[in-house]
Amino acid sequence: MLAKRLIPCLDVRDGKVVKGVQFRNHEIIGDIVPLAQRYAEAGADELVFYDITASSDGRVVDKSWVRRIAEVIDIPFCVAGGIKSVADAGKILEMGADKVSINSPALSNPQLIADLNATFGQQCVVIGIDSFFDVASGQYQVYQFTGDETRTQKTQWLTRDWVSEVQRLGAGEIVLNCMNQDGVRQGYDIAQLKTIRDLCKVPLIASGGAGTMQHFTEVFQQADVDGALAASVFHKGIIQISELKAKLIADGISIRP
Amino acid sequence: MAELVIVDTGCANISSVYFAVKRLGTEPVISHDANVIKAANRVIVPGVGSAKAAMANLAERELIATLQGLTQPVLGICLGMQMLTAHSMEGDVACLGLIPGEVAPLNAAGLRLPHMGWNTLHSISSHPIMQGFTEQDYLYFVHSFAVVPSQYSLAQCHYGSDFAAVIGKDNVAGAQFHPERSGKVGARLLQNFLEWQL
Repeated sequence: MLAKRLIPCLDVRDGKVVKGVQFRNHEIIGDIVPLAQRYAEAGADELVFYDITASSDGRVVDKSWVRRIAEVIDIPFCVAGGIKSVADAGKILEMGADKVSINSPALSNPQLIADLNATFGQQCVVIGIDSFFDVASGQYQVYQFTGDETRTQKTQWLTRDWVSEVQRLGAGEIVLNCMNQDGVRQGYDIAQLKTIRDLCKVPLIASGGAGTMQHFTEVFQQADVDGALAASVFHKGIIQISELKAKLIADGISIRP
Repeated sequence: MAELVIVDTGCANISSVYFAVKRLGTEPVISHDANVIKAANRVIVPGVGSAKAAMANLAERELIATLQGLTQPVLGICLGMQMLTAHSMEGDVACLGLIPGEVAPLNAAGLRLPHMGWNTLHSISSHPIMQGFTEQDYLYFVHSFAVVPSQYSLAQCHYGSDFAAVIGKDNVAGAQFHPERSGKVGARLLQNFLEWQL
C-alpha cells in the first residue's frame, strides 16, 4: 500500500539551513549536507530544500549544494526557490534533484508550469502555494514573494482557483503552505486542506503548523493528504521521525517503517 | 573496458543513478558512445520523462540497435525499464522490444496520479536480482504509465491495480521504482544487479 510521506523541509540561505517563524527572524539551524544525511538515515521519506530568499531578491538558488546532497542522499529530494525557467530547472535536475518546486515564478508566468511538464515530465513539477486566510473576505488567497516581507504581496488568485489552474497546466504535485499556521506549531490547517483535497487530483502535501505528533495523525486522517511537510519540529528535535512513524503506524496510517 | 556504463539517454536522473552506484563502490562511466556501451560488463538504462521523447533521444543518438544487441547484464530504471518492452501507449511509440510487454496507463481505480511515493511489492520471484526482497520492503515509485503484468514480471506492485514493478528476460531486467532513491532497499537491487551472473 502506498505510504503517506513525512517530509522535512530544510530552508536554505547562503548554504545554511534556517527556519523562520512566520517567515521572519530567521535563525541558522545547521550545515546543509550533514543535516540532509541525518534525515535520510532517520527515516525521512523525502526532503525539500527551499532557498527562501531566492525568489524575492532576484537570485537563482546557489546550485553547488544540490550536487553535494545528491552524492550522499538515497531518498528523493526536491529543490525550490528562484527557479524561473526551463533552463534553471534543467540544471538542478541534472545535478541530481528529483523534482523542482515552483512558487512565485509560476504566478508571474503560469506557462512555465506547462513548459516544465513538457520538458521533464509531470513527475518533476511541484507547485508550492502560499495561502493566507483573509478574515475580511473570508477567503483563502494566494500570496507571492513571501520570502521577503517588503515584497510579499497578495495575488489576484483565490487559492482554490489557483490549485485548479496549476493542475490544468500540468503540475505533478502541490505543496499547500498555510501561512496563518506557519511556524506557530498549532496544527495543520485541516479545514483548508480538506477543501483543497477535494479539488486536487495530484498528490497534495500539507505544510505549515506541525507542532505535535498528533497533528500528523490528524492531517493524514482528516485531510487525506499524501504527505506532511515540517521543519522546526524536526530541526529542533521536538519530534523524532522514528517515534513519529511508530505512532502513525499505531494509529493505522500507512507508513514506511 | 568499463565495469558499468550508464547510458546517457539525455534524461534528467543520470546523476542520481551515478551517485547511487558509486556509493556501492563501483565507478560508473556515463556514455552515449555505442562502442563504450557495447564493451561494458554491465549497462544501466536510466530514464524519466515521456517514452516518446526518450525513444527519440535514443534514435537521435543512434543507440537503438546497440541496446538491442547487448548480451551483458542490462538494467532499465523507471522509464528506462518501460523502454525495454515492445511498445508504450504513452505517445504510441515502439520501444526496444527486449522484453515482451506493453506499457499502458496505470489503472489507479480512482486513486491519485502520478503514483508517487513509497510502496511495497508482491509476487516476488526468485530471480537473482530480487534476492533478499520481501513484501515488507518499501520502494520509491513515480509514474503514471506501467508495464502490464506478464510471465516476465519478477515482482508486482498494487496501486488501484497490479502492475509489473520488476521485469526480466535473459540478460535484461528492469525496475519501475527508483532504486537510486529507495534507501537501503533500493541499494540492494543495485547490488544484486552488480553481482548478477548470467
